[in-house]
Amino acid sequence: MKSLIKKLVETVGPSGYELKVREVVRTEVESFADEIRVDAMGNLIVRKGEKKGKGKRIMLSAHMDEIGIMVTHVDKNGFARFTTIGGVHPRTLYGSRVRFLDGTIGVIGGERQDNSGSLYKMEQLFIDVGADSPEDCPVKTGDVAAFERPFEDLGNRLISKAMDDRVCVAILIEALKQMQDNDHEVYFVFSTQEEVGLRGATAAAYSIDPDLGISVDVTLTGDTPRGVTMDVVLGKGPAVKVRDSGMLADPRVIDLMVRTAKAKDIPHQMEILLGGSTDAKAMQISRAGMPAGCVSVPCRYVHSPSEMVDIRDVENAVKLIKAIVSGPIDF
Amino acid sequence: MNQKNKFREQIPQISEEQITLLERLSNAVSVSGDEGAVRKIVLEEVKPFADSLEIDAMGNVLVTRKTDVENPLRVMVAAHMDEVGFMLVNDDGDGLYRFEIVGGIDERQLVGKSVLVGSDLVPGVIGAKPIHFTNADELKSKIGLDSLRIDIGPGGSKKVKVGDRAGFATKFKQVGPSLMGKALDDRLGVATLIEFVKNPPKNVELLAAFTVQEELGLRGARTAAYRLKPDVAFVIDSTPAMDLPVWDEEENVRYNVHTDAGPAIYMMDAATLSDPRLIRLLVETGDLLEIPYQFRQPGRGGTDAGAIHKQHGGIPTVSISIPGRYAHSAVMVARLDDWKNGVALVHAAIQRLNRDLFTQER
Repeated sequence: MKSLIKKLVETVGPSGYELKVREVVRTEVESFADEIRVDAMGNLIVRKGEKKGKGKRIMLSAHMDEIGIMVTHVDKNGFARFTTIGGVHPRTLYGSRVRFLDGTIGVIGGERQDNSGSLYKMEQLFIDVGADSPEDCPVKTGDVAAFERPFEDLGNRLISKAMDDRVCVAILIEALKQMQDNDHEVYFVFSTQEEVGLRGATAAAYSIDPDLGISVDVTLTGDTPRGVTMDVVLGKGPAVKVRDSGMLADPRVIDLMVRTAKAKDIPHQMEILLGGSTDAKAMQISRAGMPAGCVSVPCRYVHSPSEMVDIRDVENAVKLIKAIVSGPIDF
Repeated sequence: MNQKNKFREQIPQISEEQITLLERLSNAVSVSGDEGAVRKIVLEEVKPFADSLEIDAMGNVLVTRKTDVENPLRVMVAAHMDEVGFMLVNDDGDGLYRFEIVGGIDERQLVGKSVLVGSDLVPGVIGAKPIHFTNADELKSKIGLDSLRIDIGPGGSKKVKVGDRAGFATKFKQVGPSLMGKALDDRLGVATLIEFVKNPPKNVELLAAFTVQEELGLRGARTAAYRLKPDVAFVIDSTPAMDLPVWDEEENVRYNVHTDAGPAIYMMDAATLSDPRLIRLLVETGDLLEIPYQFRQPGRGGTDAGAIHKQHGGIPTVSISIPGRYAHSAVMVARLDDWKNGVALVHAAIQRLNRDLFTQER
């Protein structure tokens, strides 16, 4: 599973430009799918099974996109100005490297600061791709890039710039591969544009029209020195989301997750996230609404170029998802 | 060459007649939520040409132009009828009204502006204390909305009431290459869309959506796109040009949109990541037919595309704006040539549309 995660996180795919990630996912899932399609938003929608008897139509969603940047202007000396895609904070930028879709690498520099202790403003930053003029600059206005950091395997802990949400893409791929046919019709949605407002999942939830929606995404932890007040700890198992700032998870879905985890002896914890949201928000209020919830993977340093997860949480998340879509659901 | 001419021949021409129509549209007051004045003009113009016409519950005007082509692409083109303005919120007596801003307007731009209030277009002015009574400290600070009133005089009070909208009273002018008027955001788009209804691209079914409440959060476009359920959508709007001189003579690296540089194609704003296939179509169309275009600087802002592209199972969508200086103020300055090129670019791009474009994945 680590090698799958590595392959996924090292692929460039900022919101709206997920095509390369989609190719990696498609190669992995093709032989396990009953039906596979790509919609107008670029979502990769994979169906497994058909609804029978008391089965449900279930939408599982993990987003393929990552935060990144888009070039807004290339100046006369070949430096590229940029704007952000998704929640990028200036404090993570200076000295960072970015990789464009075509492979071009750039380093982020900043204008001279009068007070060296102050934070860069976004408009003071630029990307240096080694060009001297707009003519020899390999990037142009509208080109997109993601942050560039190698994947690191520390044993139990893994680090990458795109654990959010490729690690959960890997979880869905694994769950699909291991899933046996049952009465449920399960749609594995590898969604797009989550980081800019759950846009892919909004469209996918409408077209699939499921009975139940579950997103799989990363969440913050409260286990670092003087960190945020939060009960989630890295390595203590996948987290069952109770609420975030965009969704109150359906109590029946929370109950289903907790019961399933207990029955299968899967370590788990409860998540109450103060800021942020996931594709489940879009699902919950799609059409006439649906029961929705989220299985979260604890992750440190979210939206920095070094997001850290624990492989045991990842493996347990696979077990939990697989168990949820394999057993009876009676609401 | 023949092929290029075939595209060019179909493009609607902008001449005196169209500029006169733009003038009527610009002068009409149609603040978000009260778009009746512009809707009336739109209906007059499009009715004789419409294969079907609907005014939906939000007030959007939805017009279909059919085609002889079998199984055509259904192409939505949207332009919003509403403009930023004001709403009266309290009658202070003596013809003075407290008001709120509808949409985004810089308060500092309000003092001394003439306005038209209510459906009878009662003339009014946004007044403030004259310089005679203003001290040096007061001159340094902005005059907030709390200190501003719309003054219509005691005689006007019978014709207006709290809840009425007011808009800027600017009269449209054509000055050399420039178009000057209020609400060119988005009457340029509305005027364009009317020409599209009159001269639709023959290869597609045209779904023209004259939308409402864009300035308040893309509200009309949302229901319009749901109703029309198009295969693909184009949004024609207006974007601020930031081409005023930079005083320190350094390169302006922040703002890219210029007047006289052609219509601006959107790649990303706060509401939409344009469909890359449609960006390519527009760029190739501009290059093929030698129509100038520019890219709208990726960043903030949003158009009706933000609501449209998320409807149903997702709709490939792109926006194109006519650049204009002094957006969301009492007067915008745009260029006739940018308008003509905007009309040409979008119309020709739709002529070149076919299903093959969507066999590639986004």
